[in-house]
Amino acid sequence: MENRNDYGVIEKKAEVRKKAANVITYALLILWAVIVLFPFYWMVLTSVKSYGAYNSEYIPKFYTLSPTFQNYVDAFTTVSLGRYLMNTAIFTVVTTAIMLVVITLAAFAFARLDFRGKNIVFVLFLSLMMIPNELVIITNFVTITDLNMRNTFQGLILPSVTSIFYIYLLKENFEQIPNSLYYAAKVDGTSDLKYLWKVMIPISKPTLITITILKVIECWNSYVWPRLITDDERYYLVSNGIQEIRENGFGRENIPAMMAAVVVISIPLIILFLIFRRKVMAGVARGGTKG
Amino acid sequence: MAGKRSEHNGAKGWLYLLPALLFLGAFMVYPLFDVFVYSFEEGYHSASQTYFGTGLYNYSYVLHDPYFLQAVKNTLILVVITVPLSTGIALLISVGLNSITPLRNLFQTIYFLPYVTNTLAVGLVFMILFQKTAYSDGLINLMITWFGGSAVDFIDGPYWAKMFVLCFYTIWVVMPFKILILTSALASVNQEYYNAAKVDGTSAFRTFMRITLPMISPMIFYLIITGFIGAFKAYSDVVALFGTNLNAAEMNTIVGYVYDMLYGDSGGYPSYASAAAILLFCIVLTITCINLLISKKNVHYS
Amino acid sequence: MEVVLQNLTKKFPGRGRKNHEEVIAVNDFTFKIPDGKLIGLLGPSGCGKSTTLNLISGLQKPTSGKIFFGTDDVTHLQPEHRGIGLVFQNYALYPHLTVKQNILFPLENLKGKDKLSKQEMLEKAYEAAKLVQIEELMERKPGELSGGQQQRVAIARALVKMPRVLLLDEPLSNLDARLRLQTREEIRRIQRETKITTIFVTHDQEEAMSISDMIVVMNAGVVQQIGRPQEVYDNPANLFVAKFLGTPPINVFEGRISGRKLYIGEEAVLDVSGGSENSGISGNSGDREVYVGIRPEGFRLRDDGPLGCEFGSVEVMGRDISVISTNKASLNAKVRSIISTDHMGKIEKVCSADGFSQTSYVRFALIPHKVFLFDRKTEKRIAFQADGTKGEEC
Repeated sequence: MENRNDYGVIEKKAEVRKKAANVITYALLILWAVIVLFPFYWMVLTSVKSYGAYNSEYIPKFYTLSPTFQNYVDAFTTVSLGRYLMNTAIFTVVTTAIMLVVITLAAFAFARLDFRGKNIVFVLFLSLMMIPNELVIITNFVTITDLNMRNTFQGLILPSVTSIFYIYLLKENFEQIPNSLYYAAKVDGTSDLKYLWKVMIPISKPTLITITILKVIECWNSYVWPRLITDDERYYLVSNGIQEIRENGFGRENIPAMMAAVVVISIPLIILFLIFRRKVMAGVARGGTKG
Repeated sequence: MAGKRSEHNGAKGWLYLLPALLFLGAFMVYPLFDVFVYSFEEGYHSASQTYFGTGLYNYSYVLHDPYFLQAVKNTLILVVITVPLSTGIALLISVGLNSITPLRNLFQTIYFLPYVTNTLAVGLVFMILFQKTAYSDGLINLMITWFGGSAVDFIDGPYWAKMFVLCFYTIWVVMPFKILILTSALASVNQEYYNAAKVDGTSAFRTFMRITLPMISPMIFYLIITGFIGAFKAYSDVVALFGTNLNAAEMNTIVGYVYDMLYGDSGGYPSYASAAAILLFCIVLTITCINLLISKKNVHYS
Repeated sequence: MEVVLQNLTKKFPGRGRKNHEEVIAVNDFTFKIPDGKLIGLLGPSGCGKSTTLNLISGLQKPTSGKIFFGTDDVTHLQPEHRGIGLVFQNYALYPHLTVKQNILFPLENLKGKDKLSKQEMLEKAYEAAKLVQIEELMERKPGELSGGQQQRVAIARALVKMPRVLLLDEPLSNLDARLRLQTREEIRRIQRETKITTIFVTHDQEEAMSISDMIVVMNAGVVQQIGRPQEVYDNPANLFVAKFLGTPPINVFEGRISGRKLYIGEEAVLDVSGGSENSGISGNSGDREVYVGIRPEGFRLRDDGPLGCEFGSVEVMGRDISVISTNKASLNAKVRSIISTDHMGKIEKVCSADGFSQTSYVRFALIPHKVFLFDRKTEKRIAFQADGTKGEEC
């Protein structure tokens, strides 16, 4: 009997402790959520404050009662935000498209075809994965400069159209497709290319979509290479554009307009992310890192 | 089976591989050798494309360049502070996330947002939050004064303040990846282990230390390695906060130094840039090897 | 330790978005498990047997009802305060710890007055290891052990605290057929030696029948029958239990009782008279539609036997032979009857006589106590008396 009461007390204590832990957990999670979200809130808020209102706030306000979209107009008219966006869109679409072709062919060769030296080449590919971009970017810079491709889309795009990691990812995926499908297609007289197009690509669509999304994010946010290779404003991507705006744009410190530009630049990827949330997160978990 | 097909597929395989080989050869393999060549060519200048001789002068120059030493110092501080902190906080948050059911998806979505945002763009927001200007002390300083502190300019002010913002922003940027990896690692620990521990009356703390941590240790270790590598390559978040003239701001990083040597106002020296890049690569390689050695003893691989 | 479940019920909230109907995993269980016995919880997957085990262990809390260990009401106790040992289906051995560390793990959790010295812990761990015969594996990691060895380690870990009740969740399902036979004997032996009340869950009736002192047959969250294995086999309470127990499975026919005779198709196969008062077979008022279950060993080959079936094939399995045939009234596609090889001659006659014709017939006489009648609607057993032998009570 006594024993049971003892347990009753223990159980009650455990319950209290559990509740306390729950409260602390949620407090922690909410705190981090606020830290993550606050910059976004601040950027949207600032972007709808008028220039005058913003600069007269010695103590920044957490809200505004007279939102204005003038800053967005300024962002597109005073500086060439529209051009930066267009450049980035072109760069992203073309780079991703070429890359998909290149890696699909390579992954198909590794997964499906037999040829002398395949294994050695594959091992070499894998070992190249460890080479940091910083090491090769110097020569690439010189190469592109020597080819007179600075301030051209070719110069921007060509060095980023292969990714060994994505070849690897796709090859693994291709290899899961049963051999029997290939032999069945061969018996029917299907060519390799047609088999790739009609069978392998449709089956591997989820992986291809993941790769596409990851590459789009990478392209949209790329900064270092575009910065090295472009100094003509007409070829700036958004990252370089925003840096340009920060250092030379809008005359004197028009921070609300800058924030409007930042909002415009951030929104496409956030929308893409919210639509493909699961795919993006699963893809990144499978082997993405920042940048 | 394989043997039969190899005959007529031999050339075909190479054909499919050709585009990838061309691009990789031109932009990865050739540059890899070339960077070493550059680093040993003394006095090379890109304008004249001439050099005096070969040797270790470039390395010696870089190692004696106060800007490089400053960059190494900055990078090391950044690495030492952000890698353990971000991994620790991410672990804390992931454990929290894993223990709740309601709102979990919402939190996960929110936490992932920084991953998909443009580092340069959001860096600007951080800059205006932390900056102290003639017109305003900025929001963070406002909060500091609420708690009785005195305002500091985090962007153009003292070194420690700038380093603080940089670390803070870096952690903010790298968190999504770490939280994502750790939450999925935690979720993949078989519930039966926890049930077994519960039946045995294991305390929450002991369960965490003896079961959870060892089980997810490979992932933690993976995050530490990628964290080290990533932090050593810090650049664009620094530019986002302090602008492109990092040497003047005393906030340059090793990668920043490489790019400055290559291009921009102080640029045109691919040899120095190459030497610095190779030095960076050596540092990262050494640290990764040390990490691997440590992990062999402490990480459980199933 | 006697374990008593009283009106135990567990409901889960419905998962479907539209239908929020809750799922009743365990519905109003009441039974008593005697001290020191080995009990098998048996049922098809999803019948609620694992939930029952989790309720007893305390990993899940019942929606209503009570659980007693002896006189202690443990319903609201956390698992660690119940004094149970639990062996998980996948063993849940910590892969990063050695066998010894795994077995020590529960002991290291003890606090306060229960705290043991290092020496005492080691002694207990080795004692448990010796019981399950794995002393020589103590320094290995679980990954280096075979399935059967892992199972033993898991049992040792569950036993090291000397639990009042030992629970095993599908203990044999992860082992190959040969190890399964060996391990179930082992479980029996360990239970006999420790005399700890042991409850195990299984979907394999053979496994449960072979080692349990008592089996609890469950279906769809409801207890169907409790009893000694042979008792339940010989005397199934309803059609489900009859179908679930026994390999090869029981043959079920649609039949009817008319004028104290049991008909399968148009053939009167047995004389049946009344059983208990409420079964209502006696008299013409007892005419009704029934299901007839006949165990495979309940058939006798007889040229003048009352039940005729279309002959299909013969399977010889050493001591016995199976005659496979078909009958229009059968609910199974095939009627399987097991005949002693002594009757081989008769079968050969059937085979040769009508070797070329499409259909040949075999005729069976039935062994009354291998024949069970079930109500068409409730599927409950109907007791009857046949040929003067007393029909079993339900």
